[in-house]
This record gives sequence, C-alpha cells and structure tokens, in this order.
Amino acid sequence: MKPFLDRDLRIAPIDVYVDPPQPRARAIITHGHADHARAGHGAVLATPDTIAIMKTRYGEDAAGRWEELPFGEKRDIDGVTVSLHPAGHILGSAQVLLEHRGQRIVVTGDYKRLPDRTAQPFELLACDLLVTEATFGLPVFQHPKPTDEIGRLLRSVAAFPERAHVIGCYALGKAQRVISLLRQAGYNAPIYLHGAMIRLCELYVERGIPLGDLRHSLDVPKAELAGQIVIAPPSAIKDRWSRRLPDPVLAVASGWMSVKQRARQSGVELPLVISDHADWNELRQTIGETGAGTVWVTHGREDALIYWSQQQGLAAEPLNIEAYEDGPEDEQ
Amino acid sequence: MKKFAQLLELLALTPSRNRKIEALTQYFATTPDPDRGYALAILTGALSFKNVKPAVLRDVVTREVDPVLFGMSYDYVGDLGETIALIWPHHGAQDDLPSLTDLIELFNTTSKSELPALIASLLTRAAINERWALVKLATGALRIGLSARLAKTALANMSGKDLQQLEEIWHGITLPYTELFDWLEDKGERPDIDHASRFHPMMLSNPIDEEKDLAVLAPADFAAEWKWDGIRVQLILGKGKVSLFSRTGDDIAGAFPDLVDNVFGEAVLDGELLVGRDFEPDLFNALQQRLNRKVATPKLQEEFPAFVRVYDMLFDGGQDIRPLAWSERRAHLEDWFARNPQRRLDLSEVLTFADWPSLADLRRKGAAEHGHEGVMLKLRTSPYVPGRPKGLWFKWKRDPNVVDAILMYAQRGHGKRSSFYSDYTFGVWKGNEIVPIGKAYFGFTDEELRQLDKWVRNNTVAAFGPVREVRKELVFEVAFDPAEASTRHKSGVALRFPRINRIRWDKPAAEAATLDDMQIFLEAT
Repeated sequence: MKPFLDRDLRIAPIDVYVDPPQPRARAIITHGHADHARAGHGAVLATPDTIAIMKTRYGEDAAGRWEELPFGEKRDIDGVTVSLHPAGHILGSAQVLLEHRGQRIVVTGDYKRLPDRTAQPFELLACDLLVTEATFGLPVFQHPKPTDEIGRLLRSVAAFPERAHVIGCYALGKAQRVISLLRQAGYNAPIYLHGAMIRLCELYVERGIPLGDLRHSLDVPKAELAGQIVIAPPSAIKDRWSRRLPDPVLAVASGWMSVKQRARQSGVELPLVISDHADWNELRQTIGETGAGTVWVTHGREDALIYWSQQQGLAAEPLNIEAYEDGPEDEQ
Repeated sequence: MKKFAQLLELLALTPSRNRKIEALTQYFATTPDPDRGYALAILTGALSFKNVKPAVLRDVVTREVDPVLFGMSYDYVGDLGETIALIWPHHGAQDDLPSLTDLIELFNTTSKSELPALIASLLTRAAINERWALVKLATGALRIGLSARLAKTALANMSGKDLQQLEEIWHGITLPYTELFDWLEDKGERPDIDHASRFHPMMLSNPIDEEKDLAVLAPADFAAEWKWDGIRVQLILGKGKVSLFSRTGDDIAGAFPDLVDNVFGEAVLDGELLVGRDFEPDLFNALQQRLNRKVATPKLQEEFPAFVRVYDMLFDGGQDIRPLAWSERRAHLEDWFARNPQRRLDLSEVLTFADWPSLADLRRKGAAEHGHEGVMLKLRTSPYVPGRPKGLWFKWKRDPNVVDAILMYAQRGHGKRSSFYSDYTFGVWKGNEIVPIGKAYFGFTDEELRQLDKWVRNNTVAAFGPVREVRKELVFEVAFDPAEASTRHKSGVALRFPRINRIRWDKPAAEAATLDDMQIFLEAT
C-alpha cells in the first residue's frame, strides 16, 4: 500500500506537514524543541503543553492560529484522522497517529520509554508505517538507569563540598528532568539556575510539574554556591559565566556522555548519561512492537537502525530531512 | 576491581594534574598489596598478557554482535576498547568481579581456548564502568592521558621519598612491587638493584625556540653534535653480558646479534643505533628493515650491519658518572674508547662553531649535503638527568622540506573527527597525470578542518566507502622530513612525517610540483 505520507512528512491528502523545517500553511508539531517547532507557520496543531511552550519561547504570534489537540482525542481533517499520543520525551511531547482509508501511520517525533515525572508516559501505537527517530541509533548506546546517574552526581557533591557542581542541560526538558530526578532522590536543597533556565522551569511548575526550591544563581554570592548544584545551558558551563562559580565540577547530562573519550575531549569532568531519547534497545523494541512493516528513519544515526530493520525483514529507508542534523553538542 | 575502575574513570576525566596525583596517592595509600602493585603496573604500561590481545576481545564481541553494526559503532566511537565496553549486549547480575590480582592471574593462566568464554563472562558480570576498565586493562591501551611519570610522582608524594631515587630503581624492580611499597612506607630498605646492569631512564632534549632561546644562551656554554637519524639506545656492556635497550627500556639485543656479539668492555653507553658499513650511516629506511623483528637473518645482518654511534657515558666500568658534568663524562668516554677500540661502536663527533649563526650555517649544510636531522646542543656543565629537564639539552632540527601538492582523496577521521574528512592523500604532476606521494592528517587548525571538510563535500567526484575522490584543484603546501626512494609508492617517493603546512586556496593546481621537482629532495638525503 502506498503511504499517504510523503518523505518530507507532508500528509499528502490534506497538505499538512509534521514538524516542517520551513514555514508552512498548516503544521502538526510533535514537541517544543527548536529543531521540530519553528515559528512562522500559518496554523499549528499540537498538544496544549506544546503550544504553551511555543508561546513562551517564540511569543503569542509565532503562528497564525493555534489549535490545541489534547492527548488521545481524534480530529478529522478532510478524511484523515489525526490524534496525538504521549511520546515521553518532554512535557507535552507527542507521537502523531494518522489514519486514512485503513492505513495507520505513526510519526514518533523524539521519544523515550523510561519513566519521567516531567513528561506524559510513552504510549505504544500499532501501525503500518513507523517514522522513527534515531538519535541514539547505534548499539553502543545503552542508557544506564537515570537514578544511578543521579546517585553518581550526589556522591560527587558529597565528595567535593568546597566546589559547585554545574550541570550542562538543554533548557527545555533536560533541565526540568534532572531537577525532578534530584528531588526524587531526596535532594531538597535549593537548586540554582542560570538565567536561561528560569522561564521554562516556571512554565513547567505552572503546568503542574513540581520542581522544589529553585533560585537564580545571580542572586547569591560566589562563596555560597560551594557544595551546591547549578543548572546551566551546556554552552555556558565553559563560558565566562562559569567564573562566578567556586571551582566548579563541570557536568553534562546527555545521552552522548556515554562515550568517555568524547566527554574527556570536551573537558567534561562528570559525564551524566541521562537521555530523553530511546536508546538502541528501546528503538528496536518499539519498532518490533508497533508491528509496522515499513520503517522510515530520521533524526540521527539512521544507518544502523535501517540495517537492523532490514535484517528483520522490514522495509526500511532513511529520510534526509533538511536541517535535521543533530550533533553531540545539541541533543534536544 | 570496582575501586580501580573508579580510579581509572577519575583519571580519565579530571583535567587537573594535582587532582589526578591526589586520587592516585589516595589509591596507593589505601589499597593492599599486591593489588596496588598490579594497578601501578597497569598505569605505567608495565603489564601485558601473552594471550589477551585486542583481537581476542574483538572476536568475543563480534560473536555476540553483528559485525556490520560493530563496524558502524567503532567508526563512531573511534576507540576499540570503548566500543567493546559500550556495545556488549549482555547485562548480568553485576556480582563482584574478581580482585585485580585474581583477574590478572586469570588472564595469565587461562588457556587460549578458554579465554573467550572467560572474557564474555567477565563482561557480562561487570557494571558499566567496570566493563570499561576491564577492556582497558585487557587491551593494555589505557588512553586516559596519564604518564608513568605522574603515577611515580604520586608514589613520591605518598611517601615523601625523592622522585629521582624512585626513577633510578624503577627498571630494576619486579611485579607486584611489594619491596618498592615496603621501602616507600618505611617498612623496608631501598630495593637493592645491580645498577650497572639495569636500564637507566634516558636524558631527553627539548626543541629549541630559535627566537627566545638563542638570544639568551651563550654559545661557549654548549657543545654541539649532529642529530643522527637512527634510534636512541642504551648499550650496557657488563661482565659477560651485553644488553641493548630502546628508549622505553625494551631490550632489543636479540635482534642485533651482529652488534652485541662484537662489542666489549665494561660501561653503560648512550648513543644512536644506525646501520651501514664502515660507520657510514645508511638511510632510516634501511634501519627500518631491522627494527620490529625478533630475529635478524644472516642476510639482513650482512646487508644492513648495525653499529652504535656513542655520545654519552653513564657508567665507566662500575663507576656511576651521571652526576658529573657533560664535559667530564665526555672525557671519560674518549678515554674509554682509546682503551677499548671497537668495530661496531664509534664516537659522535663534537662540532666546532664560533657563534649561533655559524652553527645555523653548519646545520643547514649538514642537512643539505649529508641529510643530518639537525644538531643537538648540550650544556657542558649538565649532569646526566633522566627525563626531559629544561635548559640542559636542546635539539635544533633542520628546516622541513616543503612541496606544493594537489589534494586527491579525502577520508573520514576517527573519534572526534568521525564526521569530518580529515585524512588527505595528495600528489604531484607526472606529465599530465597526478601521482600520489603521501598522506597527512594534521597540520591544520579546527577552523581549517571545517573549511576543508566543506570543500571535500562540495568537490567530490567519486566515493569509495569512507574515501572520497575530489576535483584535483586544491593545493596544499606539505612539509616533511626527509624524502626517500620507495618501491611501494607509485610515485617512487616516500615522505617522512608529512603534514599540511598551509592550504593554498589561492594556488592553481597547474602550478603544483612535479615528480621531477621531488628528485632534489631525494638527492639531498
């Protein structure tokens, strides 16, 4: 059966795009990260959380029209049934389920299956064609338990009471997840934020995700940050900004941190392997469980996942979507 | 093993030298014998296993992981050990691994046929960081940016003993170094080793900074010698036994019977191993025929006879003369030669020069007429100090040769560079054809690498796996040490240490060098 989705993720019968890199008349947005959610579309259909995130980041007028579609609700658009289902990646992140003349297509967007208190839990969807992400699509990526990684962080904090721990985190999603994991581990001290983190943390709290006592790192004298945890964007931790911290331990929370040689080369002293993406095992598990006969792979390391899918007897091919190049520096 | 894995990780990731020393000191002070001795051997690269080799590990893994997927992963990670640690697909109960001592015992005693099963079971049992440490240990390639010197510094730090005293006995002590730790902890005497028959760490030189150094150094304070293009050796002539050590302390006497069977006397000498007849050194290429071989066939010995050009003396008979000034040691050396004339040893000549410009001139002539690598400068008053002390010995290398060559092929790098086309094959004109003369992958900045990568992607004419053939339009100024005739290269020329000196974005390919231009470099050496 010929899919009704084009390879640039245009839903052909209705001329609507999923996560288009260029401004389009109508777009469905899986989640609020910049490589998926761009400003300037005519109409945006997304979950209420994603729309709130986009408005916070880009402004109220970043799209001509906002259309909220809560999880699980079906909407018929000229004969194509669209519904959004949790992807477990960040707050409001969705997979897009498209149904048309008996054919089911799922676009995963970015996803993970591990529990995360800051994102609605991943839902498995059966489909004929699966468009899957592949950020960590190599067998070397087997993410450890996030609770173990937080344990390593807390041990390091205890071992160096005279140093601040600064954790490089992407401002949307990763920062809130790390804070939430720390709270879950019983860490109730104030957590200090770089300015770029504040707005989105506030938004998470407003939308019902408790993050505990958060403070602006600028508001405290340098000496008081000894023994404390500070969250900052990865670009700031080696920048001049970090000079205001006492002898900081540079940590980065990212799935890329599993490769020690890389962490070493980039000067990261405490790599925390905490990822918001499916690892190699979850990617394969998901492809298998959806029952899809055809797999399109995008967003990351496609080769290995395509090779593996073909070994399983599936039809698999890469999508080379422009501007979808992720690198270790900008996991989102 | 858990503790050692944590130490390794900390050493790999902590940028601060002092914190590394602190961590090592603490580890050695709180770990019992013989575990800490084995750890020390691993950290200083003194441990290797007969049967456990990278290839064995690779085999174990590719039995469990599809080789294509393994290849893709290795390409991405760029480090074999780390790829294995990350890709291992089985995760067991993570019960405790054997202690370091037991583990090494296991590696040493398990037969070749049972080794794969042992390694597989260890990998499965290990927690993630232990698995990484385990693979590092088994392959012997730590790659954590730790020098043996730093580990020894930590030992000195822990005990308050003098680092140099420790260095002196280092090559005479054996695993698992219990007598060393006893001495360090004042529970025993300093290990007694036969000084005259052990390898002594060598004294090394620093490259000279022509602008800064020559302005402040007085020519009269320094002796100059040619920098020979062979390999540095320490020759120990003992009573009835001759040893020949490479710079790293490996005994290579077995590969040079023609040399060691034909020297005599009692001394510890420092010099350059060369091949050639009548003390006329052949090209490095010729010496290479005899390196990395366990035995030398009579034919090789006949064709490339080995000799040592001696330039320093550490022991005269049983007398340790290392504390003496260079000029006094030189006098000992010349006396000794007069008493012991040799067929396979000769003296490295001391050059006469009035001032730096005249030495610079000599150095230029030596390179052009005899292919000398440059000159060495030695402070006349300097004692023989192991390591690379500042301000005592300098090397002043010849200026590199340069040639304008045309980029032909580019290949992706490894590790950090796995997304960049960073390895370049370049060539020169031979008539209307371009023939490759070498390959280089350094000499450019990160910014230039980005530009080159982009240029390669935009100018690809064909792709063969990871290799791209490009339009023959970009010119590199390639610097190299001597060029030598080669039968393995289509061009008949092989460059030593080629590197990209400059990218000539401005230069048309038609103006690049020809193979005929290369002949002068061949004749010069």
